[in-house]
Parts: sequence; C-alpha cells; structure tokens
Amino acid sequence: MAHVQTLVCRECGHQYPIAPIYTCEFCFGPLGVAYDTEAQRATVSRESIAAGPPSIWRYRDLLPVDPPGDASARVGYTPLVRADRLASELGLGEVWVKDDTRNPTNSFKDRVVAVALAKALEFGIKTLACASTGNLANAVAAAAARAGLTSYVFIPADLEFAKIATTAIYGANVVAVDGNYDDVNRLCAEIAAEQSWGFANINLRPFYAEGSKTLAYETAEQLGWETPDHVVVPVASGSLLTKIRAGFDDLFSVGLLNEKPGVRISGAQAQGCSPVATAFADNAQVINPVKPATIAKSLAIGNPADGYHALDAVRETRGGIAAVTDDEIVEGIRLLARTEGIFGETAAGVTVASLKRLAEEGVVRPDERVVLYVTGHGLKTLDAVAGPGSGPTAVIAPTRQAFADAFPETQPGR
Amino acid sequence: MTINVRIPTQLRSLCNGEPEVTVAANSVGEALVALNGVNSGFSDRLYDETGNLRRFVNIFVGEEDIRFLDGLNTELRDGQTVSIIPAVAGG
Repeated sequence: MAHVQTLVCRECGHQYPIAPIYTCEFCFGPLGVAYDTEAQRATVSRESIAAGPPSIWRYRDLLPVDPPGDASARVGYTPLVRADRLASELGLGEVWVKDDTRNPTNSFKDRVVAVALAKALEFGIKTLACASTGNLANAVAAAAARAGLTSYVFIPADLEFAKIATTAIYGANVVAVDGNYDDVNRLCAEIAAEQSWGFANINLRPFYAEGSKTLAYETAEQLGWETPDHVVVPVASGSLLTKIRAGFDDLFSVGLLNEKPGVRISGAQAQGCSPVATAFADNAQVINPVKPATIAKSLAIGNPADGYHALDAVRETRGGIAAVTDDEIVEGIRLLARTEGIFGETAAGVTVASLKRLAEEGVVRPDERVVLYVTGHGLKTLDAVAGPGSGPTAVIAPTRQAFADAFPETQPGR
Repeated sequence: MTINVRIPTQLRSLCNGEPEVTVAANSVGEALVALNGVNSGFSDRLYDETGNLRRFVNIFVGEEDIRFLDGLNTELRDGQTVSIIPAVAGG
C-alpha cells in the first residue's frame, strides 16, 4: 500500500482526503501529498529499492500510488552520465548529466504521467487529459493509449510540428488552442471543473508532481546514495525544480541518506520567458507574469504555477537562476551534443547555457559536484538547430579524389 | 455597469452553486467587493490578511489576466465578464 495519508494545502495547511482535487478551497493554495513518514521509514531501504524494477516503481514506497497492474513501460531509471568533456569546456570539475531523454516518449514527463495515470485508474477515471507545451502531450497520449483510455490533449496552436505529430500518432484528441500556454492552461482549468476527467497537471497535479521527485531519488542512488552539491534544473511552471529539492530532503526524512542534504538548487529559464529569473534578479517578492517569446517552447509558461516555491527553493539553498538568449540555447544544445553525445531539446539548451552562465558568474563552482537535468530529446525540436552546422560538412562527387580534396587533413603525408 | 463574474468551483458554495454571478461595478476591484453583497464570505477567500489578492488567485477580464491590464483598477464596460481562476495548474 502506498504510504499516502492526505492532501495538505502548501499555503495554509488545510487538509483534504485523497481525491482528484488540486487547490485549497479556502485560499486557492496548491495541495500537496502528505505521507506517513514513519511507515515509509519502516518499509523502505536501499536494499528494497535495489531489488525493485529498473523504473520509477523501484521507489514505490515513496510515491503516492501503488504501481499499476501494467508497469511494463520502463519509465525512469535513466542514465546518470559523467560529463568530463562538458565540465572541461565550462571550467568546472565534476559534472554529471541526468539523461531523461531516454524515457518511453523521450522526456521526463513520462515519470509524472505514470504516477498520474496510476492514480487516475485508482480513482476510476476513464479519460486522461492535460494542458501541455508538448512533452506532456506526448506522455499523456502514449500512456492513455497503452492503458486503453481516451485522451484529450490541449496545446498552443503554434507548437512544433514534431510534438504535435508525436502526440496525434497515439490516437489522442489533440486540441490546438489559438493562444499561448497560459491561455491553454486557463481553458483547461475551466474544462476540468466541468468534466469528470483526469487532467494530469490540473486535478491530478498533487500526485503527478510527486513523480518528479524520482529524478532526485535516482540521482542520489546512482551517486552511491550521496547527493550532489549543486543541481541545475529547467524552470517552466517551477514544479520540477521544487520537487527535485523536496525529493532530496525526503530521502533523508525516510532514512535513506546518512546526512541532511545541502544541495544547492539553480534554475534555468529562457530570456524570452523568464518570470522567475526576473523576480530572483530583482530580489522581488512578487512574480509578474509575462507573454512568452522564445524558441524553448517547452518552457514557455509565462504564469508559472509553482514559481513562488521554485524561487524559495533557489533562495534558501543559495543557488541562482539564469535567463539565456535563444542563440545561447542553440549553442547549449550543440555543446552538449558535441561534448557528451547527448542530443537534448531546447529546454536542455536552456539548462546547459544556464550552467555555462552560472559557472562564469561563479554561482556554480569548480569544486562542486554538479548534476544537470536534461529533460527532453532533441528530435522533438529539430527546427531549433536548423541552419548553419546542421547540414553535411561537404557535398562531394563519388570519387576518392573528391573526398581527398574536401578533407585534405585525412590524406597521408600531410 | 452590469458585470458577469465567473465563479470557480471552489467558491460556488458561497453562491448556491451558481457558476456565474451578476454584480454592478465600474472596475475589477469594485466587482470583487460587490461579491460580498451576494455572500460576505467572498473577501476572506479572495484577499489575504494584508488586504492583497491571494497569490494563487488569478483574475481575468475577458481573456486577459488583469496583471497585463491595470490590476484591480482595470475599468470595466457594461456586460463584460470577470473570471476568477485558481492559479495552480499546469506545467
């Protein structure tokens, strides 16, 4: 049995029974999941986790739902790879990349959806839905197809073709909304109130968001049950960053870490959509929404639901938040691919470029063990890297001479 | 001005379950205060102890967030719709 007890308002502490609800009826604050920590401590161990499947369900004692009957889609437990060449380019010491491109639909959203879907099935929900900037759309459509559920996926109409095609292919009802993500989100909040559907990131959000914690769980386990000194996380709604921090803390609470983690948390945003980075830079208490204009569409949330919590996490752990330009984003994608053989989407470009910026500013230091979260695959945003450097190095006639002429450095005697 | 205010499910217990309430107001702030005429419980739910709108409440006029307009001072025209939307969704 999952060790989940109640839903608790993260603003005012009001408690609610476990149900598909997401906001406090009193103050509109976000609801979070409260666990029976004592029961977790008594059940979970490093050994019980090691004996589990190579997926997020190895952390079942730390999740708000039992694994579904069919957990054969291998979600999570993705590689944590040492990135020495990237570290060297950035003047850093020990850098690791959590390669979450290697999930069933090639982004970290498969984690949160796996948890949301399991909970939806528990609630008897027959239709899965979401408001998405693309990656979540892929994950919801695929998971619903596999579970035999109907799905409705709402996206901004200007989304990349690749992300639309890779959603429609699963038979989802793809609703392209003439507006930006925040418009889509608002529409979905109203539709969620009228339908008995499970919206992964609306009425299932308290459970869904818990899935992101598995990125912290895996990171610690893969580092031999140690925590990094500093992590760099892309920020859209701010939920991922908030939950990665909470995940490290939870590991200590349930007795899986020997020491209280002191992980510094830094955020990454695109300059064209940087409400949280702006509030951080201005040392402001209020996050002002923005109208997004960036190639990093998966991060283009101008009105971030967990912005305040993300801001708190960064401030409390003495991290930083960078806001990088579209050119830096493309260069970040290329840098990661060139140095580590990992092709990330635009959000990864934002994260790499932010790490570069934060390293230059001395926020991320060479003596720190750093983990960089690469949350989605580059094939989803291929358009971003079109242009110079994306075509062949040379086009030649089918002769050895033509090859020698084009690549003289390959010829003997030179 | 006659203004339609769309009420989120979380607050409908204050207005007999109605999804929409009609009030008389010239600005967004006035419209929200006028809700107290329907039920005096509205202000407690929408405003914090310091008198500011709670940070997880978003207010829209038509399709636009009032933070892109003139906030609570945003003027209203007859027949416009003000929507109260919980902020915590998405991402």
